Amino acid sequence: MSQLAEQKENLLAPGHNACSGCGLVLAARLVLNAAGPDIIVTNATGCLEVTTTNYPQSAWRVPWIHSLFENSSAVASGIEAALRAQGRLGKIKVIAQGGDGATADIGMMCLSGMWERGHDILYICYDNEAYMNTGIQRSSLTPFDASTTTSPSGKVSLGNPTLKKDMPAIALAHRLPYVATASVAYPQDLEKKVKKALSIPGPKYLQIHSPCPLGWGFKTSLTIKSAKAAVQTGLYPLFEYENGKLISVKKIAKPQPVEAYLKDQVRFRHLFRDEAGKTQVEKIQESANENIKKFGLTG
Amino acid sequence: MKKFLEGSQAVAEAVKLCKPEVISAYPITPQTHIVERLSQMVADGELKSEFINVESEFSAASVILGASATGSRAYSATTSQGLLLMAEVLFNLAGMRLPVVVTCANRSVSAPINIWNDHQDVMAIRDSGIIQLFAEDNQEVYDMHLQAYRIAEDPQISLPVVVNMDGFILTHAYEPIETLTQKEADDFLPPYSPERKLDPARPGTFGVLADPNWYLETRYAMQKAQEAAKRVVKKVASDFKASFGKFQGDVIESYRLEGAQTAAVALGSLVGTLKDVIGEEREKGKKIGLLKIRCLRPFPEDEIKEALKEAENILIFEKALSLGSGGIIFHEVRSALYTSPSRPNLKCFVLGLGGRDVPKSSLKKTIESFSPAMPDLNFVDLKEEQIKEHLYVPVS
Repeated sequence: MSQLAEQKENLLAPGHNACSGCGLVLAARLVLNAAGPDIIVTNATGCLEVTTTNYPQSAWRVPWIHSLFENSSAVASGIEAALRAQGRLGKIKVIAQGGDGATADIGMMCLSGMWERGHDILYICYDNEAYMNTGIQRSSLTPFDASTTTSPSGKVSLGNPTLKKDMPAIALAHRLPYVATASVAYPQDLEKKVKKALSIPGPKYLQIHSPCPLGWGFKTSLTIKSAKAAVQTGLYPLFEYENGKLISVKKIAKPQPVEAYLKDQVRFRHLFRDEAGKTQVEKIQESANENIKKFGLTG
Repeated sequence: MKKFLEGSQAVAEAVKLCKPEVISAYPITPQTHIVERLSQMVADGELKSEFINVESEFSAASVILGASATGSRAYSATTSQGLLLMAEVLFNLAGMRLPVVVTCANRSVSAPINIWNDHQDVMAIRDSGIIQLFAEDNQEVYDMHLQAYRIAEDPQISLPVVVNMDGFILTHAYEPIETLTQKEADDFLPPYSPERKLDPARPGTFGVLADPNWYLETRYAMQKAQEAAKRVVKKVASDFKASFGKFQGDVIESYRLEGAQTAAVALGSLVGTLKDVIGEEREKGKKIGLLKIRCLRPFPEDEIKEALKEAENILIFEKALSLGSGGIIFHEVRSALYTSPSRPNLKCFVLGLGGRDVPKSSLKKTIESFSPAMPDLNFVDLKEEQIKEHLYVPVS
């Protein structure tokens, strides 16, 4: 297939103005292509929205709506209800999406409501681990020790002092029939999960690790390498839960030390300067080890 | 057919006739009876709507936004804190030109918390681009809901409508209501079929980013739609008369303004009380009349100017105020009359806040006390002793 023909197949068209190396836009394209054209997509305010819909242009070849920062899941609930009333639900599927801040912080109330009510919607969190659209501020999905513009490392700070909020666990507490994580480094796995999620009725949650070259501070050519390292160190485990049961994990044959992931990124650079940083890296290694054990990543 | 209905039930009956495909709401006093009644209608299979019980008014407004964009007629009801929580979405609904209808059972805003009636809630979203209608009694409430969808969904307009009814005073009052049959309602209000909606058969992008090259024009278009909405409000009222034999609508209503030297101005249920007072004053030979503002947005500037052109003294009665500025309706009416050759005396009377009862005696006393020399802003039935004992007021 020629490059042009291939581009025509993409439901998220090229020509948007996301940064080169953007993991988020890559993830969104994979999601859409896996889902197919018979969908309606809602979007929270954020990078994905502003880079794709600068009027009079739009990169979306599917029906798409953005309302506000925090209501992607509530707007999707209304769409799902309307499709149900019109007898079109099922034939048309609904996908709600947002970044990590829109999902885990400001949109948490709407999202919990959507899950609890049991709407037939796939919610996708594009997790680039900070508020990138406003200039790399910390969110509750920013990892431990990452330096952001509102959790900067400094003379008396080692960066973000809190652990990443466990969104999949919160999703599971809502008794969702399908909860999974994915990564742009594993596109086939990602697409498979989107297709599977859409085949299951009810509310679904998929969290996709989407590296941000600008926000994390790495070369734009290293997006996939960075995403892969997060998985291969055990820091971003890829798993699937169906009806509350862990049904699959991405196995890591030989886990890499967390340095393999951290050292390429400016946001963790301060951890490689002195003894204090070394202790922190050890703590991060411990959390990777916990993941490896909890999800049986090496077994 | 005449039915004896509670105001909230009248709303529910009217909304049912409008056949919204999606209803979403969150309970808040004094709106609850409306959504309880609608829930029961859905539960009994009398109304085929998706009723979405949400975790907040913020989501209620967002749900009807999504439903409306998908081509379904959608409805919600709220008040006070709920309306304020919806505010961000309400501005968004207007900007996205989605013709939903929301009932506001007008109530004060916190703090201090108070569940009773005034108009401070809806004044907070005055500048949102939403069309704002105010009902005087429950018959008007009933008719207004059917008209609201016609106005909102007019392709020339395509803006949300908030129907305002006074909390408790109307929502909880029983009155005989002339109701319509489903057939009559269907003939008056056709099904909602927007030109554009979220549909995979014709993918469209809704809620785009408008940069500085585009944003101003979106506001211009909304302003023009608001201006055109005045015409549509009147047209819908005429159509209502053609269908049901009674004129119910317009942007203002003049009551005994012929030859009136003094004119009162009010909106909502206060109008009913004032009509009584003015009738009695007229019998005593006083040249007094009343202007009811039925449509606050679009603001009927020309109509007000024309109706009040002979009045020398104008008393604006308001259940809200812009703190730090004064009466909101007062300022808007004064602005409308700025170019009036008569340059009448205008005074603002804030009253009934937080559900304080407004008896006829208070209105009579206020009208009698009127003098061109009094301050622009006056508070009716203010309890001086309570202020002295419990509140801090700076000494001027």
